[in-house]
Amino acid sequence: MLSCKDVTQLISESMDASLPIGKRIGVRLHLLICKFCLRYKRQLLLIRETARHLAASEEPYGSPTGEPLSVGAKERIRESLANP
Amino acid sequence: MAKPANTDPAEWVDRYGDYLFRYAMLRLRDRSTAEDLVQETFLAALKDFGSFTGKSSESTWLVGILKHKIIDHFRHQAREAPLGENDLREHPDPSSFDGSGHWTSGPADWGGNPADLYREKKFLDQLAKCLSGLSPNHANAFTLREIEGADTGEICKVLNVTETNLWVILHRARMLLRRCLEANWFE
Repeated sequence: MLSCKDVTQLISESMDASLPIGKRIGVRLHLLICKFCLRYKRQLLLIRETARHLAASEEPYGSPTGEPLSVGAKERIRESLANP
Repeated sequence: MAKPANTDPAEWVDRYGDYLFRYAMLRLRDRSTAEDLVQETFLAALKDFGSFTGKSSESTWLVGILKHKIIDHFRHQAREAPLGENDLREHPDPSSFDGSGHWTSGPADWGGNPADLYREKKFLDQLAKCLSGLSPNHANAFTLREIEGADTGEICKVLNVTETNLWVILHRARMLLRRCLEANWFE
Protein backbone atom coordinates (compact mmCIF):
# COMPACT_ATOMS: atom_id res chain seq x y z
CA MET A 1 0.00 0.00 0.00
CA LEU A 2 1.45 3.38 -0.99
CA SER A 3 1.69 6.07 1.66
CA CYS A 4 1.04 9.75 0.95
CA LYS A 5 4.77 10.35 1.22
CA ASP A 6 5.39 7.72 -1.49
CA VAL A 7 2.63 9.14 -3.63
CA THR A 8 4.01 12.70 -3.59
CA GLN A 9 7.30 11.33 -4.89
CA LEU A 10 5.53 9.32 -7.59
CA ILE A 11 3.38 12.28 -8.63
CA SER A 12 6.53 14.28 -9.27
CA GLU A 13 8.17 11.36 -11.06
CA SER A 14 5.13 10.93 -13.29
CA MET A 15 5.67 14.51 -14.49
CA ASP A 16 9.10 13.53 -15.84
CA ALA A 17 8.72 9.92 -16.99
CA SER A 18 5.95 7.41 -17.39
CA LEU A 19 5.56 5.25 -14.31
CA PRO A 20 5.58 1.46 -14.48
CA ILE A 21 2.01 0.16 -14.67
CA GLY A 22 1.86 -1.16 -11.09
CA LYS A 23 2.86 2.18 -9.61
CA ARG A 24 0.61 4.04 -11.99
CA ILE A 25 -2.41 2.07 -10.83
CA GLY A 26 -1.34 2.42 -7.19
CA VAL A 27 -1.18 6.21 -7.53
CA ARG A 28 -4.50 6.37 -9.34
CA LEU A 29 -6.26 4.35 -6.66
CA HIS A 30 -4.67 6.41 -3.93
CA LEU A 31 -5.84 9.65 -5.55
CA LEU A 32 -9.42 8.37 -5.59
CA ILE A 33 -9.50 8.25 -1.82
CA CYS A 34 -6.96 10.91 -0.75
CA LYS A 35 -8.01 14.52 -1.23
CA PHE A 36 -4.67 15.88 0.03
CA CYS A 37 -2.60 14.00 -2.52
CA LEU A 38 -5.07 14.95 -5.24
CA ARG A 39 -4.73 18.58 -4.18
CA TYR A 40 -0.95 18.22 -4.11
CA LYS A 41 -0.98 16.89 -7.66
CA ARG A 42 -3.19 19.73 -8.92
CA GLN A 43 -0.95 22.29 -7.26
CA LEU A 44 2.20 20.80 -8.83
CA LEU A 45 0.51 20.91 -12.23
CA LEU A 46 -0.45 24.52 -11.61
CA ILE A 47 3.17 25.31 -10.74
CA ARG A 48 4.25 23.68 -14.01
CA GLU A 49 1.70 25.75 -15.92
CA THR A 50 2.87 28.91 -14.16
CA ALA A 51 6.52 28.21 -14.97
CA ARG A 52 5.66 27.78 -18.64
CA HIS A 53 3.70 30.97 -18.54
CA LEU A 54 6.68 32.75 -17.01
CA ALA A 55 8.84 31.55 -19.87
CA ALA A 56 6.29 32.78 -22.40
CA SER A 57 5.67 36.13 -20.72
CA GLU A 58 9.08 37.49 -21.63
CA GLU A 59 8.80 36.97 -25.36
CA PRO A 60 9.99 40.14 -27.07
CA TYR A 61 6.51 41.60 -27.25
CA GLY A 62 4.83 39.88 -24.32
CA SER A 63 4.18 41.60 -21.02
CA PRO A 64 7.49 41.08 -19.30
CA THR A 65 7.98 40.32 -15.68
CA GLY A 66 11.02 41.48 -13.75
CA GLU A 67 13.20 44.53 -13.98
CA PRO A 68 14.88 45.81 -17.13
CA LEU A 69 18.63 46.04 -17.63
CA SER A 70 19.98 48.89 -15.52
CA VAL A 71 21.19 52.08 -17.14
CA GLY A 72 24.71 51.42 -15.85
CA ALA A 73 24.83 47.93 -17.27
CA LYS A 74 23.55 49.18 -20.63
CA GLU A 75 26.27 51.78 -20.67
CA ARG A 76 28.94 49.16 -19.88
CA ILE A 77 27.70 46.78 -22.52
CA ARG A 78 27.48 49.52 -25.14
CA GLU A 79 31.06 50.46 -24.40
CA SER A 80 32.29 46.87 -24.64
CA LEU A 81 30.55 46.54 -28.00
CA ALA A 82 32.17 49.72 -29.28
CA ASN A 83 35.64 48.48 -28.24
CA PRO A 84 35.40 44.72 -28.51
CA MET B 1 25.80 39.75 -49.22
CA ALA B 2 23.67 42.67 -48.06
CA LYS B 3 22.52 42.48 -44.49
CA PRO B 4 18.90 43.06 -43.62
CA ALA B 5 18.44 46.70 -42.64
CA ASN B 6 17.70 46.00 -39.00
CA THR B 7 21.05 44.57 -37.99
CA ASP B 8 23.03 47.49 -36.70
CA PRO B 9 24.98 46.32 -33.63
CA ALA B 10 24.98 49.87 -32.29
CA GLU B 11 21.26 49.53 -31.69
CA TRP B 12 21.33 46.09 -30.13
CA VAL B 13 21.52 47.16 -26.50
CA ASP B 14 18.52 49.47 -26.78
CA ARG B 15 16.56 47.08 -28.87
CA TYR B 16 17.20 43.76 -27.17
CA GLY B 17 19.00 44.52 -23.91
CA ASP B 18 15.95 44.39 -21.63
CA TYR B 19 14.50 41.35 -23.31
CA LEU B 20 17.73 39.36 -23.08
CA PHE B 21 18.34 40.51 -19.53
CA ARG B 22 14.88 39.41 -18.33
CA TYR B 23 15.34 36.13 -20.14
CA ALA B 24 18.63 35.60 -18.34
CA MET B 25 17.36 36.80 -14.96
CA LEU B 26 14.46 34.37 -14.91
CA ARG B 27 16.83 31.49 -15.51
CA LEU B 28 19.88 32.62 -13.54
CA ARG B 29 18.31 34.57 -10.67
CA ASP B 30 21.46 36.62 -10.23
CA ARG B 31 21.76 40.13 -11.57
CA SER B 32 25.49 40.33 -12.17
CA THR B 33 25.66 36.88 -13.82
CA ALA B 34 22.71 37.83 -16.01
CA GLU B 35 24.36 41.12 -17.02
CA ASP B 36 27.62 39.34 -17.80
CA LEU B 37 25.98 36.73 -19.97
CA VAL B 38 23.98 39.36 -21.86
CA GLN B 39 27.21 41.23 -22.52
CA GLU B 40 28.96 38.03 -23.64
CA THR B 41 26.01 37.28 -25.90
CA PHE B 42 26.30 40.61 -27.68
CA LEU B 43 30.06 40.25 -28.02
CA ALA B 44 29.75 36.72 -29.40
CA ALA B 45 27.07 37.96 -31.80
CA LEU B 46 29.30 40.78 -32.97
CA LYS B 47 32.15 38.36 -33.63
CA ASP B 48 29.82 35.96 -35.36
CA PHE B 49 27.95 38.62 -37.26
CA GLY B 50 28.99 37.23 -40.60
CA SER B 51 27.16 33.98 -39.94
CA PHE B 52 23.85 35.66 -39.23
CA THR B 53 21.85 34.91 -42.33
CA GLY B 54 18.71 36.78 -41.44
CA LYS B 55 16.75 33.56 -41.81
CA SER B 56 15.59 33.77 -38.23
CA SER B 57 14.76 37.06 -36.58
CA GLU B 58 17.55 38.91 -34.90
CA SER B 59 16.03 38.42 -31.44
CA THR B 60 15.74 34.65 -32.00
CA TRP B 61 19.35 34.54 -33.10
CA LEU B 62 20.53 36.47 -30.04
CA VAL B 63 18.42 34.52 -27.58
CA GLY B 64 19.78 31.29 -29.07
CA ILE B 65 23.31 32.43 -28.25
CA LEU B 66 22.25 33.48 -24.76
CA LYS B 67 20.54 30.14 -24.14
CA HIS B 68 23.77 28.28 -24.88
CA LYS B 69 25.64 30.51 -22.49
CA ILE B 70 23.07 29.91 -19.74
CA ILE B 71 23.30 26.14 -20.15
CA ASP B 72 27.10 26.35 -20.08
CA HIS B 73 26.79 28.31 -16.88
CA PHE B 74 24.58 25.61 -15.33
CA ARG B 75 27.08 22.98 -16.40
CA HIS B 76 29.86 24.96 -14.81
CA GLN B 77 27.90 25.47 -11.59
CA ALA B 78 27.15 21.76 -11.33
CA ARG B 79 30.86 21.00 -11.70
CA GLU B 80 31.84 23.58 -9.11
CA ALA B 81 29.26 22.51 -6.54
CA PRO B 82 28.18 18.94 -7.18
CA LEU B 83 25.12 17.51 -5.48
CA GLY B 84 25.49 16.99 -1.78
CA GLU B 85 23.71 14.77 0.68
CA ASN B 86 21.46 17.70 1.44
CA ASP B 87 20.25 18.03 -2.13
CA LEU B 88 19.18 14.41 -2.22
CA ARG B 89 17.39 14.05 1.04
CA GLU B 90 13.96 13.12 -0.20
CA HIS B 91 11.80 15.16 2.07
CA PRO B 92 12.96 18.63 2.81
CA ASP B 93 9.88 18.98 4.94
CA PRO B 94 9.65 15.81 7.03
CA SER B 95 7.10 17.41 9.36
CA SER B 96 4.56 17.20 6.52
CA PHE B 97 4.27 13.47 7.10
CA ASP B 98 3.83 11.29 10.15
CA GLY B 99 5.74 8.10 10.87
CA SER B 100 3.57 6.04 8.56
CA GLY B 101 3.90 8.51 5.69
CA HIS B 102 0.51 10.19 5.98
CA TRP B 103 0.04 13.94 5.75
CA THR B 104 0.14 15.63 9.12
CA SER B 105 -1.54 18.76 7.84
CA GLY B 106 -2.07 18.37 4.12
CA PRO B 107 -1.68 21.00 1.42
CA ALA B 108 -4.07 23.92 1.95
CA ASP B 109 -6.97 24.58 -0.35
CA TRP B 110 -5.75 27.35 -2.66
CA GLY B 111 -9.37 28.35 -3.20
CA GLY B 112 -11.07 30.22 -6.00
CA ASN B 113 -10.14 28.99 -9.41
CA PRO B 114 -6.46 28.09 -9.12
CA ALA B 115 -6.34 27.34 -12.81
CA ASP B 116 -6.54 31.09 -13.43
CA LEU B 117 -3.74 31.96 -11.07
CA TYR B 118 -0.96 31.76 -13.57
CA ARG B 119 -2.49 34.67 -15.42
CA GLU B 120 -1.85 36.89 -12.45
CA LYS B 121 1.40 38.76 -12.75
CA LYS B 122 1.91 38.82 -8.99
CA PHE B 123 1.66 35.06 -8.82
CA LEU B 124 4.24 34.75 -11.59
CA ASP B 125 6.53 37.10 -9.68
CA GLN B 126 6.04 35.09 -6.50
CA LEU B 127 7.01 31.86 -8.24
CA ALA B 128 10.16 33.51 -9.60
CA LYS B 129 10.94 34.72 -6.09
CA CYS B 130 10.38 31.29 -4.55
CA LEU B 131 12.59 29.78 -7.23
CA SER B 132 15.44 32.07 -6.29
CA GLY B 133 15.18 30.77 -2.72
CA LEU B 134 16.09 27.22 -3.75
CA SER B 135 19.65 25.91 -3.81
CA PRO B 136 21.32 26.38 -7.24
CA ASN B 137 21.11 22.67 -8.08
CA HIS B 138 17.41 22.48 -7.32
CA ALA B 139 16.60 25.76 -9.01
CA ASN B 140 18.64 24.89 -12.11
CA ALA B 141 17.00 21.48 -12.43
CA PHE B 142 13.54 23.01 -12.11
CA THR B 143 14.42 25.78 -14.58
CA LEU B 144 15.69 23.35 -17.19
CA ARG B 145 12.69 21.07 -16.80
CA GLU B 146 9.78 23.47 -16.36
CA ILE B 147 10.92 26.75 -17.86
CA GLU B 148 13.09 25.44 -20.69
CA GLY B 149 10.99 22.28 -21.12
CA ALA B 150 14.13 20.15 -21.54
CA ASP B 151 13.76 16.39 -21.23
CA THR B 152 15.32 14.56 -18.32
CA GLY B 153 18.09 12.96 -20.39
CA GLU B 154 19.41 16.35 -21.44
CA ILE B 155 19.18 17.73 -17.93
CA CYS B 156 21.13 14.79 -16.50
CA LYS B 157 23.96 15.59 -18.91
CA VAL B 158 24.04 19.27 -18.05
CA LEU B 159 23.88 18.74 -14.30
CA ASN B 160 25.95 15.56 -14.38
CA VAL B 161 23.53 13.48 -12.31
CA THR B 162 21.82 10.12 -12.74
CA GLU B 163 18.17 10.02 -13.72
CA THR B 164 17.18 8.66 -10.32
CA ASN B 165 18.93 11.54 -8.59
CA LEU B 166 17.32 14.01 -10.95
CA TRP B 167 13.87 12.72 -9.99
CA VAL B 168 14.69 13.25 -6.35
CA ILE B 169 15.95 16.76 -7.02
CA LEU B 170 12.88 17.70 -9.06
CA HIS B 171 10.57 16.19 -6.46
CA ARG B 172 12.27 18.18 -3.79
CA ALA B 173 12.30 21.40 -5.81
CA ARG B 174 8.57 21.12 -6.56
CA MET B 175 7.74 20.36 -2.96
CA LEU B 176 9.71 23.37 -1.73
CA LEU B 177 8.21 25.67 -4.35
CA ARG B 178 4.71 24.52 -3.45
CA ARG B 179 5.34 25.17 0.20
CA CYS B 180 6.88 28.59 -0.51
CA LEU B 181 3.90 29.61 -2.65
CA GLU B 182 1.49 28.45 -0.01
CA ALA B 183 3.31 30.38 2.71
CA ASN B 184 3.66 33.60 0.72
CA TRP B 185 0.60 33.74 -1.43
CA PHE B 186 -2.25 32.04 0.31
CA GLU B 187 -1.74 32.93 3.93
